[in-house]
Amino acid sequence: MSRRRTRTGRNILALALPAAAAAWPGPDCMAADGRLLASGGATQLEGSAGGGIVPWAVLGGYATRDEIGATSYLTRVEVGDYRLDSWGAGMTIRNRVELSLSRQRFHLGTLGDALGMPGASISQNTLGVKLRISGDAIYSSWPQFAIGVQHKKNLDFVLPSTVGARSASGTDIYLAATKVFLGAAGGYHLLVNTTLRSSSANQLGILGFGGDRGGRRLLGEVSVAVLPDPKLAIGVEYRQKPDNLGFAREDAFSDLFVAWFPNKRFTAVAAYADLGSIATLDHQHGWYLSVQANL
Amino acid sequence: MALLLGACATTSQPGGSLYRQFGENEGLTALVDDLLARFADDPRIAPKFANTNIPRFRRLFVEHLCKVLDGPCTYTGDDMREVHTGLDISEAQFNAVVEHLIDAMQARGIPRTAQNRLIARLAPMRKDIIYR
Repeated sequence: MSRRRTRTGRNILALALPAAAAAWPGPDCMAADGRLLASGGATQLEGSAGGGIVPWAVLGGYATRDEIGATSYLTRVEVGDYRLDSWGAGMTIRNRVELSLSRQRFHLGTLGDALGMPGASISQNTLGVKLRISGDAIYSSWPQFAIGVQHKKNLDFVLPSTVGARSASGTDIYLAATKVFLGAAGGYHLLVNTTLRSSSANQLGILGFGGDRGGRRLLGEVSVAVLPDPKLAIGVEYRQKPDNLGFAREDAFSDLFVAWFPNKRFTAVAAYADLGSIATLDHQHGWYLSVQANL
Repeated sequence: MALLLGACATTSQPGGSLYRQFGENEGLTALVDDLLARFADDPRIAPKFANTNIPRFRRLFVEHLCKVLDGPCTYTGDDMREVHTGLDISEAQFNAVVEHLIDAMQARGIPRTAQNRLIARLAPMRKDIIYR
């Protein structure tokens, strides 16, 4: 019981940290709130600005071409047999470049118990760089385009290598196009994002990179959202994934999300995520929760 | 009966035309007055009006919005690019104005869908307004 309470306390602390960072008054030169509410999206699983699972062409936070901004986030995905935690920080320079550093920790849950490793997890670090090529998702007639990389390093490669993964690190490259069609959904704003990704990552990289069934592949990702209110976005996402390991099938990810933007300092996302089959355990679906703080 | 149906058929959007949803000339004038008060209180925006003839700006702003909303008006001012040249309005200042517009429309009870349709019509003008 006391152990449980300690754990809850730690979780609350972890959630409170980004919120405290947001409430902390930054120096004037750091006030990066010139863009419109919700225009920075949320943070996706690997730390780039986007929806929940898909990186978008928008850059994190609210920095305009004259400003530099910072973001931090904390995400938890709880599915039937596993849990994924992701946290990190990002920086947007003059609405041109987004740099991000994040950690993904995948708790093996049921699989860990079955392997005689209760409580085991696999972690990876991701370094992200995104460059806005052209356009503005809201104001230009063309979509906003960005190109990005996510360089990932698996920190617990023993298990991935035993199931056939070739490498402990890999680099995803993606091209994203995001457009907000103002008033287009019966008078409500409609956001559409498409992302084309080249990746060899097995389950984001948690199971390493490449395998007995192949390596780098070209993958499609889509997000569609409606904004019933300037503070709210409701949408769906779909992300193709490679299927490189013979020991277990890998499925696409999808989610149904609600994002809340009460102000430019704080963002919260709740979603129902379907992660498909992971390492032989099918039907991994459950809740996704994410909080983000911006400076 | 036929007359009633005919009357309904001319109303393509719920609540009538966009111009009517904004309360026609009276509603637009009140909206612009509300906006001007918000601009005056915002240190990011107010300095840009230092050399503006406010009564003239108020009249032309109402005319412009009326025209954008397909109302029965003629806009007698200069084009957007000309009007904003020399003001060097930043992206952040432009967005601050948009946020005040959204707040003012909401405060005046204009339906969200009508608000969004006005924003959709104003958005393409940004390129003629910022950094001029």
